[in-house]
Amino acid sequence: MSGRTVTTPAPVPGAVKKDGSERWSQALRDITGGSAMISVLAVLLALVVGAVLIAFTTDRVQETAGYFFSRPTDLIGAVWEAVAGAYSALFQGSVYNFRAPSFFNAIRPLTETLTFATPLIAAGLGVGLAFRVGMFNIGGRGQMLIAAGAAGWVAFAVELPAGIHLIVAILAGLLGGAIWGGIVGLLKARTGAHEVIVTIMLNFVALYLIQFLLRTPGALQAPGSNNPKTPAMAATAVFPDLFGPRYNLHAGFLTVIAATIFVWWLLSRSNLGFQFRAVGQNPSAARVAGINVKNVYLYAMAISGALVGLAGINQVLGTVTTGFGAGIDAGIGFDAITVALLGRSRPWGIFAAGILFGAFKAGGFAMQAAEGVPIDIVVVVQALIVLFIAAPPLVRAIFHLPTPGTTRKPRIRKINEVVAK
Amino acid sequence: MKLELRGITKRFGALVANNNISLTVESGEIHALLGENGAGKSTLMNVLYGLYIAEEGEILLDDKVQQFAGPGDAMNAGIGMVHQHFMLVPVFTVAENVVLGHEQTTFGGRLDLSAARAKVREISDRFGFDIDPDALIEDLPVGVQQRVEIIKALSQDAKVLVFDEPTAVLTPQETDELMTIMRQLAASGTSIVFITHKLREVRAVADRITVIRLGTVVGEASPTATNAELASLMVGRAVELTVHKNAPELRGTALSVKNLSVIDVRNQIVVNNVSFDVQAGEVLAIAGVQGNGQTELTEALLGLQQHVTGSIELDGKPLRGYSVRHILDSGVGFVPEDRTEDGLIADFSIAENLMLDRSSGAPFVKAGNLQLAFRAKFAAEKITEFDIRSQGSEMEAGRLSGGNQQKVVLARELSRNLRLFVAAQPTRGLDVGSIEFVHTRIIETRDSGIPVIVVSTELDEVVALADRIAVMYRGEIVGIVPGSTPRATLGLMMAGEHAPVAEAAL
Repeated sequence: MSGRTVTTPAPVPGAVKKDGSERWSQALRDITGGSAMISVLAVLLALVVGAVLIAFTTDRVQETAGYFFSRPTDLIGAVWEAVAGAYSALFQGSVYNFRAPSFFNAIRPLTETLTFATPLIAAGLGVGLAFRVGMFNIGGRGQMLIAAGAAGWVAFAVELPAGIHLIVAILAGLLGGAIWGGIVGLLKARTGAHEVIVTIMLNFVALYLIQFLLRTPGALQAPGSNNPKTPAMAATAVFPDLFGPRYNLHAGFLTVIAATIFVWWLLSRSNLGFQFRAVGQNPSAARVAGINVKNVYLYAMAISGALVGLAGINQVLGTVTTGFGAGIDAGIGFDAITVALLGRSRPWGIFAAGILFGAFKAGGFAMQAAEGVPIDIVVVVQALIVLFIAAPPLVRAIFHLPTPGTTRKPRIRKINEVVAK
Repeated sequence: MKLELRGITKRFGALVANNNISLTVESGEIHALLGENGAGKSTLMNVLYGLYIAEEGEILLDDKVQQFAGPGDAMNAGIGMVHQHFMLVPVFTVAENVVLGHEQTTFGGRLDLSAARAKVREISDRFGFDIDPDALIEDLPVGVQQRVEIIKALSQDAKVLVFDEPTAVLTPQETDELMTIMRQLAASGTSIVFITHKLREVRAVADRITVIRLGTVVGEASPTATNAELASLMVGRAVELTVHKNAPELRGTALSVKNLSVIDVRNQIVVNNVSFDVQAGEVLAIAGVQGNGQTELTEALLGLQQHVTGSIELDGKPLRGYSVRHILDSGVGFVPEDRTEDGLIADFSIAENLMLDRSSGAPFVKAGNLQLAFRAKFAAEKITEFDIRSQGSEMEAGRLSGGNQQKVVLARELSRNLRLFVAAQPTRGLDVGSIEFVHTRIIETRDSGIPVIVVSTELDEVVALADRIAVMYRGEIVGIVPGSTPRATLGLMMAGEHAPVAEAAL
């Protein structure tokens, strides 16, 4: 054996290659792959815990608890009143207001819910699509801001005939989001940079870029103003109201329905989506099967960014048409993660989850106004939903559901991400 | 120590992994537990080792009933396990590994390594292992690492040793040495449970054989039973152990590999200047112990390795440096070594897996749309043709048995227009019945005039399929010999001897 230059070490069969990113994507698969039942139960559980919190924070309940042993019915009554009142206010503020004078007024909360849901669904679809390809897109804020900036600039600075103006503005926004997402895909494919870190950093880049442009006359800043705010959008580039000026609901909701159908087609009917899902489930098998995993990362992040961008477009061309500042994303990029998780990354699941969260937003204000329950309760309920979805074993234990995959054999995987050059 | 299992039943939900299994291992006996993958051997041993709690039945050591809540209890009672995948820390020394988990300390909590060294030397001398207690595990060959595992078990005063598929990673020579060690251990009074699915090893070393099928004991056999008898007991029907094949009909060189070298991600030369030809209509088997560059060689053929030098030509057209897509489109069919990792997507349906490597064009895709009706029809045909036992084409591939998963991979690869077929470890982890099927298909592929490369670490498989055998050792081909070469010669070549040297040595 003398004179050999080969340096192959003795193989160590016990050494299972398992790097951190692999564990991460496995957890992602487990969370997003849960059943619809888990989602429904998570919402139910979160509402129950929310009820407990409402009861605890109501003055009347605290008062009656002081003499619980002499008249326990007082406490029970107070709890019931507080919880039922709060949740009924939530319902009436988000779906149907029974006290409204006419049907057209009574149904107004539902249209509010859909208005709030519109950007949530769009951004949720983007985040969910990335989930399906095994990536975590936390860059919703940056992608929304860039898309809003691009669409907004076209909408107030360019003069085009009605109709065409709106379409061009939308396309500009989609392109902006796609580029901002595509950068992430490109960096991941070429350098192996982790998308979580890149998206978070690009959020800051986008935020300060937009803030800079908002302070620069001739860029996004309204002429003759010192405020970091754009001028109002041209009327030709604004989404028309769907049911007249009485309601806030605008045609952006239709673009979101179209986006949902598009994502459904992409994931379950197109070959690009087939490759997306293959890479999301098992990148090494996808690579062996001749799928260009790096291109898939790039395309998936670009489409994901465009979908999240659609949320930004809806914000500036539909919800806030009087000009916007750097806070236009309104945290939707992060709420979208919750929406995508609750919708299990399935297009129609995200659609439903987006409407539920829209209802929370619309109803939360009503609940605070009518019952004095702090709107933070709604935020807590949303957070609890994430918690319960991320912890399916907990939900299963509470409801005595069977554990899927009863074998105890650990799934050993090798390298699950394609090593970049 | 006498080990007795009485009526062990272990269920996982509706699945009964062990059904009323009884087994007695006398003191100083080598008792082989023979069964196919999934027969319940490992479950039974995990029950014995305290990893699972059996629903029914009891474990007795020297006629005393034992209660094991975990592996710690089992170890204290005198049961040791030599795992298939070694549980050793590569950067620790032998002595450190042996005391790991049972460290003795001196004053002030300092580790008493000299006691550990003495213990290693004592056991090592007793069995003639010749192991340096201060050697790092990562520097030791696999066979020696296994001995460290044995020492580790013996240092805990194990009276019953369980060997779980111990020969999977060994060369034939190392396997022989292990058998000698097992006999020595038995002679010194240790009871040995030897889990395997390799018939020859069982017959060579076991005193008694218990055959398990589908979680139940289907019979006992003596080591004098023939391979065919044992195999039919294991599978439950008569099986064909030899592959029927005619002399190859050679049709000229199809694949030509010249001076191929591969450098892996850790910057090491894993394939070193390898050259060989494969003719249309022949099977070239690449033999060798796991980890000697075979995996990287097949990956280089497929375009999966980044740093490859040399040339690969198929039918005169160069393949090196092209994308996997291009190479697949050039007619290369590939059965990857690790089917669950590289061959299939467990959460995809059978139908989806059947189109996995044709996701970008006709016939499965038209204008960006999946042709679902065509795919369903195609899947139904392949399920019949390849006898894939499933609940239909929409069943998830991950829920299929190993043999049926491999049939899905074969069906996918063999249904393309092939110019070259590369099968890496095509029968690893498969039951005897499926092995028979896979081997038949490989020979059929050869007979249809396609050059076939089979990579295998199992000598039985190499000998059964090969028209010519290339043996790899440390990234090099030590020789290409005819398929009729004796096993002993192949064994020496797998340990690095060049062909003429190996023949002279016998």
